[in-house]
Amino acid sequence: MDFQLTDEHKLVQSTVREFADKEIRPRAAELDRTAAYPADIIARAAALGLMGMTVPEEYGGAGMGLVAYVVAQEELARASAGVQTIITVNNSLVCDPLVRFGSGAQKRRYLPSLCSGASLGCYCLTEPASGSDAMSLQTAARRDGAAWMLSGTKSFVTNGAEADVCIVYARTGPEPGARGLSAFIVEKSLPGVRVGKLEKKLGIKCSSTTEIVFEDVPVPDANLLGEPGMGGRIALGTLDVGRIGIAAQALGIARAALEDALAYAASRRQFGRAIAEFQAIQWMLSDMATRLDAARLLTYRAAYLRQSGARCTKEAAMAKLFASETAMWAAHKAVQIYGGYGFIQDYPVERYFRDAKITEIYEGTSEIQRVVIARNVLEAT
Amino acid sequence: MKIVVCVKQVPDTEAPIRIRPDGQGIDETGLNLVMNYYDEHATEAGLRLREQFGGTVTLVAVGPERSREALRTGLAMGADDALLVTDPALSGADHLSTARVLAAAITPLAPDVVICGKLSTDANAGIVGPAVAEFLNLPQATAIAALEMDAAGTVATVHREVEGGIEVLDVPLPAVLTVERSLNEPRYPSLPGIMKAKRKEIGVRSLQDLGLAGETVGGAAASTRLVRLDPPPKRQPGRSVDGEAEEMVAAIVTFLKHEAKVIS
Amino acid sequence: MSTDVWVLIEHQDGAPKKISLELLGHARVLAAQLGGKAVAWLAGAGVAAMAQTLGAHGADVVVLAEHPLLEPYTTEGYTTALAGALTGAGAPIVLIGSTALGRDLAPRLAARVGAGIVTDCGGLALTDGRLEAMRPMYTRKAIGTVAFTADGVRIAVVLPGVYALPEHEPGRAADVHRATFSLDAGQIRTSVRETKTIERETVPLTEADVIVSGGRGMKAPEHFALLDALARALGAAVGSSRPPVDSGWVPHDYEIGQTGKTVSPQVYIACGISGAPQHLAGMSGSKYIVAINKDPNAPIMQMADLGVVGDVFDIVPKLTEALKRETRKT
Repeated sequence: MDFQLTDEHKLVQSTVREFADKEIRPRAAELDRTAAYPADIIARAAALGLMGMTVPEEYGGAGMGLVAYVVAQEELARASAGVQTIITVNNSLVCDPLVRFGSGAQKRRYLPSLCSGASLGCYCLTEPASGSDAMSLQTAARRDGAAWMLSGTKSFVTNGAEADVCIVYARTGPEPGARGLSAFIVEKSLPGVRVGKLEKKLGIKCSSTTEIVFEDVPVPDANLLGEPGMGGRIALGTLDVGRIGIAAQALGIARAALEDALAYAASRRQFGRAIAEFQAIQWMLSDMATRLDAARLLTYRAAYLRQSGARCTKEAAMAKLFASETAMWAAHKAVQIYGGYGFIQDYPVERYFRDAKITEIYEGTSEIQRVVIARNVLEAT
Repeated sequence: MKIVVCVKQVPDTEAPIRIRPDGQGIDETGLNLVMNYYDEHATEAGLRLREQFGGTVTLVAVGPERSREALRTGLAMGADDALLVTDPALSGADHLSTARVLAAAITPLAPDVVICGKLSTDANAGIVGPAVAEFLNLPQATAIAALEMDAAGTVATVHREVEGGIEVLDVPLPAVLTVERSLNEPRYPSLPGIMKAKRKEIGVRSLQDLGLAGETVGGAAASTRLVRLDPPPKRQPGRSVDGEAEEMVAAIVTFLKHEAKVIS
Repeated sequence: MSTDVWVLIEHQDGAPKKISLELLGHARVLAAQLGGKAVAWLAGAGVAAMAQTLGAHGADVVVLAEHPLLEPYTTEGYTTALAGALTGAGAPIVLIGSTALGRDLAPRLAARVGAGIVTDCGGLALTDGRLEAMRPMYTRKAIGTVAFTADGVRIAVVLPGVYALPEHEPGRAADVHRATFSLDAGQIRTSVRETKTIERETVPLTEADVIVSGGRGMKAPEHFALLDALARALGAAVGSSRPPVDSGWVPHDYEIGQTGKTVSPQVYIACGISGAPQHLAGMSGSKYIVAINKDPNAPIMQMADLGVVGDVFDIVPKLTEALKRETRKT
């Protein structure tokens, strides 16, 4: 069992780390304060190949594996979870289903510009009345000649304000639950698509979260992703990759919390010595380090399984569950280690605390992850 | 245009180094090794010349097998291919010998321009570039901060920072140029570039392949030797002052006058 | 091995440069220890008059290489002329100043004559008759002691300010020899188009004796004006750590540190700089460090010779006024 990153992974890691340190990290606090979409950073990330990392080269992607993806996402999230959210959604929730389920024509039409940064994607699954119970969604699309008329309201859409291309799940068949659902590629410029309320959030503020309302939007039949009725399957398959991306995000936030807490503890002196010399602080730091390593190994394992074509639903859920809880816990400990300064916005740890929380919620709450894991574990007996 | 860039793998300058207990060098365990950042600027300069004139960029390195990783970084930035000269006899070779080896590897490539970093951040010596120029019998310009080519690609006009100003030189190609960091902003290797780099060729040469012998260019032929490596001298502990601003200002003035002696 | 010690004399406007005189002084010390002579090598066109001052500063012999093609400096012109002069000179030690010219010439010369060469020397010593040099390595994280092990020409490229200027002894004269060498235009392939002098208000950071530097603690770009005023009162150059550059408060050429310049002034005054390792790497070579910071535990305070725990906005203007009063007194 080789636990080492390959030379290629190390080069990805050092390249993305340098990019993140130079281009993202100095801006992270300001982006959190202003909640402004970092268009210039995203353009530069796209030029580096970060917007379509696992998309095959023939469609303009970098053609990398999922472990390389996790390595890159952790580096980005360490610098700014908000910026990394924008990037990971484009990769995991938009490019990935297109690659796996798109027709050649669909891939050729949408992937190159999603990879180059010319267009941005978003994912429309959740609705006001269906969050954890995603498959009960009510947005519907009915056949009308050569098109599908799409109507409904989607909420909590990441990149909703800036996106050009939306993956939208809608009910097309009479079957209740997952089997009645289909997935569509909807261009935001179509008539009847309206961006609704822009949410003000606790964290990941520079990534926009909006409502999107569809009122009789004529979606061409050519934009049906996969077959009618495949929506549930596409959503669940996409969630596995999405969860690995969020786990990677959580790794970045946890590492930011640990690294900053280490630096602070080494320089802050009380009672005549650096606080890093006190056992109470040392134990917090060692638990942060241990949990981070464990989370990372779970995440790499899920990515490795997925990139070798194996089933990874349980492992992806475990990675997302553990990494997100680690990020929240580590960020909370980092604030504690900083003491009063941890509460002040001049220092970054309060931002890690606020950013970490969402990782326990989106792409399936921790409770849902536990349900998924339990189901897998019980099935196996 | 045939462009050659000399590259060296060195310890990451962002990380601390540990000096071996016997003082004979640094402890290499766990070191993060990267391309010398001056060579990133050199590679960038080569890539821009290729963008302007067409042709190829070949990276050349002399070092242990692990120097391949530094070559991969340059290939990921966009260089076309690479050459690694590696040989156990080269252990302990001095800078002039390294330059001799580089010159022998470069000569068959018949380059129009050879670009090196001004120095490498391990030895910080700045010897190899001009020595390569001498061994290739080519004109040189060192520590260039600006580079422009004439339309035909035959003369390089370069700026060098000198004490008190800037020297502007015309250098006819073929030539050797060594570069300052201020010359350009190196591009990041793109992720597609990293993938493509896996398919690019890294040729390997031994001393024998180059017609050189360990006795003339190996550690045995070195004319200088590192006797000892020591940590930098510890600064004497200083003192702190606090109190009223006027008192502290007076303390600073006294210090500048009587200890540092920069004001009379 | 010859027991002589040669010095490459750089010159401008008819006078030898300070670094060359520093090395000439030390060449005399070394030559005395070896039982040889201090030899000044002076090249150019119409430079013979400088022989007198070179003798007065310690040269026993001045080798004069006068040729129209040796003005201005070119790598190949100087390499050919000096290599020619060194043949038949035994194999002396050659001291060259670490200047743009010295760093350009010395390695090529070493390759031409097969010399041992050590650059960036911060100290030289004779150990059992062998020349050893001390020099920074690994971006100043270590000091290497390097020995010249072969018997040929030994070139040491020495940093400015390592050796004191020698005494000027007006009566002392050197033997002047005219070098013999041949040089034709075909041997010099580069051409100097022009040398632009840059009029600067202040000395460049890498040459300054005193540097006033600002960090994140300056809080806003306009506050750097306080540091400009202090620098003017001291005749200092102004630099910064990385955060002000990243925030766009000052241009990139202000940056001191691993991604910026490495400086080694006599005095470094750090204002509102916490002292991240990347910054310390760029200024740890400063002889004296004064740090002004509100936080007594900032890493730079551990490194400073004088750590001033106070508010930069209070201290800096008052310091500027106090310094102006001092200069008015003299």
